[in-house]
Amino acid sequence: MLGRTACDLFWMWRYLERSESTARLVDAGFRLTLTRSQNTKKEWMSVLSTLSCTEAYFERHDQIVTDKVVDFLIRDKTNPASIMSMQTRARENARRTRTALTLDLWEAINEAWIELKQICQRPISNAGIPEILALIRRQAAIVCGCMHGTLLRNDIYYFCEIGRLIERSDNTARILNAKYNTLVTTIASGGAPDANSQWDMLLRSLAAERAFYWAHEGESSADLIAHFLILNVEMPRSLAHSYRQLILQLQSINQHYGEDAPASYRLAKAFDDRLRDLTIPAVKKLGLRTFLSGFMPNNAELARQIEIDYRFKA
Amino acid sequence: MENSFFDEMTGFNGDLRTPYREYSTWLDQVDLRTLKKKSRQAEAFFRKTGITFNIYSDEDAEERLIPFDLVPRIISASEWQRLKLGIEQRVRAINSFLHDIYHQQEIIRAGIIPENLIANNDAFLPNMVGFSPPAGVYTHIVGVDLVRTNTDEFYVLEDNARTPSGVSYMLENRETMLKVFPDLFSNIKVQPISDYPALLRKTLGRSAPAATRGKVRVAVLTPGIHNSAYFEHAFLAEQMGAELVEGHDLQIENGRVVMRTTRGYEPIDVIYRRVDDNFLDPLNFNPESQLGVAGIMDVYRSGGVTIANAPGTGIADDKAIYSYMPDIMEFYTGQSAILNNVPTWRCSETDSLAYVLEHLDELVVKEVHGSGGYGMLVGPAASKKEIAVFRKKLMSRPAAYIAQPTLALSTVPILSGSGLAPRHVDLRPFVLVSNDRIDITPGGLTRVAMKKGSLVVNSSQGGGTKDTWVLEGP
Repeated sequence: MLGRTACDLFWMWRYLERSESTARLVDAGFRLTLTRSQNTKKEWMSVLSTLSCTEAYFERHDQIVTDKVVDFLIRDKTNPASIMSMQTRARENARRTRTALTLDLWEAINEAWIELKQICQRPISNAGIPEILALIRRQAAIVCGCMHGTLLRNDIYYFCEIGRLIERSDNTARILNAKYNTLVTTIASGGAPDANSQWDMLLRSLAAERAFYWAHEGESSADLIAHFLILNVEMPRSLAHSYRQLILQLQSINQHYGEDAPASYRLAKAFDDRLRDLTIPAVKKLGLRTFLSGFMPNNAELARQIEIDYRFKA
Repeated sequence: MENSFFDEMTGFNGDLRTPYREYSTWLDQVDLRTLKKKSRQAEAFFRKTGITFNIYSDEDAEERLIPFDLVPRIISASEWQRLKLGIEQRVRAINSFLHDIYHQQEIIRAGIIPENLIANNDAFLPNMVGFSPPAGVYTHIVGVDLVRTNTDEFYVLEDNARTPSGVSYMLENRETMLKVFPDLFSNIKVQPISDYPALLRKTLGRSAPAATRGKVRVAVLTPGIHNSAYFEHAFLAEQMGAELVEGHDLQIENGRVVMRTTRGYEPIDVIYRRVDDNFLDPLNFNPESQLGVAGIMDVYRSGGVTIANAPGTGIADDKAIYSYMPDIMEFYTGQSAILNNVPTWRCSETDSLAYVLEHLDELVVKEVHGSGGYGMLVGPAASKKEIAVFRKKLMSRPAAYIAQPTLALSTVPILSGSGLAPRHVDLRPFVLVSNDRIDITPGGLTRVAMKKGSLVVNSSQGGGTKDTWVLEGP
């Protein structure tokens, strides 16, 4: 496979994953503004900072207003982090790697883009927000289903998965980091979260609210949530799960190529080993923010090493 | 009802022609609403599959669909047989001409073609002089543009010997028709075209360079996703099972062209390039080019890689050369041309120029080095002002133009808002050339001017396409 193709596939899935993650984050934020309208501003600020686009937002708008934030995050073409921009780039990568994709997967990505473009021609009304977010999630599910259902399990598939998992780890860490304050106060006080809404938003933006309550039979505490999102390997958006899967995909590539493990594999293995040994008391001792601000650069370093090992660029 | 142009379905006199007999019976049983619904289905299919093209002049290069019309252009087996012979003769002559022009230049010595027409021509590549491409093939892929004016009158409008495009539309048009009208194909036997990608792969494989070890490795070289024909590049690579590469994926290593893979650099044997000569090699041609590979011409000349089509083939389809084609064919095949050339005035010649200037409102005037329908004047369709503007351009650089009579291009009905309506068409059959054989896919791409009365079929000027059928049997 061409190094450029591997690069395009890897980034295609990073964009797709980020687009879905943004949609969930907007969804959770929007929900919160409906239920706790006095804090609208604070919630959107937290969403913008999670996505690292606070500055870009204020270059275009003076104030935090729900429909402006939603418009900025979903359809603003001048915002490189908007869902529309993300989908456009994902589709561009898909076009470039057309020969590596199955017809089903290409059509799913292409149709998602066409549909979204159509909708994004007009500003999104408050009433239309839930529908659009639902559509984006549905499209993401179709694209994902086409990938799992139709791609051969060879390097094409593995590079897609690796991009997705790297991005997913990054997103989960970002969301956790943004909710750091709330999490830390409740962890420190050892108490159950009060109004629950912050926790609810956190879980919702990781598509995990039902799963969490199901896994813990209705019990909920800051420690349990932290464990669930960082260390629970059964939770598909937890850091532990993503890294366990990353290791598998990197192993598969090496097997497929019949070659010795390159530096990226050893790096991933070291990070994964660390996660395996980790406990929530240890995270608390270290400080959640310190832990996360160590994790995110490590994740980025792994991505860079993969890029080098598999010759993404000349 | 009399037609003012030859109609493929009803001729001049309005009587149904034989090739359309079965189709017409079928058509009589379908109502307009159904046809319109099918037409929308076909369009949705094209959009979904991403069969789009970009327009160069558009700033915000949005992808567009080429309009597809679902009434097929139908050719009988015997009509096709004759066309095929004519095309084959023409393509053989083109390859002999290219070999000669880059070696002995006997055709110049024989006084058939003036030397300055070759020596001063940008399409002539001095780098190719004295070099014979692998297996002796210059033009692996050729598209010959034909028009019809009467039952037995076909003209070659131009030869495309560089990087002819459109074959993906030919294939996808048929796929679409098979999907939308399965019942039609079970009743009418149409010669299949689906083996084109496999034949293309074989054709390229037969021209492998001396350096090839083991299985021949083929790659399609594309300028990238913003190129107008990108869809076709990806489509052909996918159908052939070849790599789709861009210039920056490639480099030269130990006298071979190698591509950067996830496991290191691997050699390529045959490159089907969809990049123009000038951009192929920044070391040997345009130094600004980002689309090619520095030094590829040297590797090519030393037998490390095959480039298809060979660089420098443009000298054979140059519009200035076109008017000499009948002589060229006679010179190399010893026979007169089976297919007509359109009578052509070379504006470089004083008498011709005078005639052309006097008859601008009747003629089609083309820029010698233009393509894609840009920079041409269609006299009968132009306003007085447009003609006046063009006259100035022509007078300031007469040698840059040729002129031809406006041909009465045949028509085929299209599905318009109010039912079937005739529109002018041309035909581009696709030819694959190997050292020992020539394969011509039955039919080709029918391009259709969607505007009433228009003679310009180019997709960049709003033209559409149709499926083209060559019937089985007599």
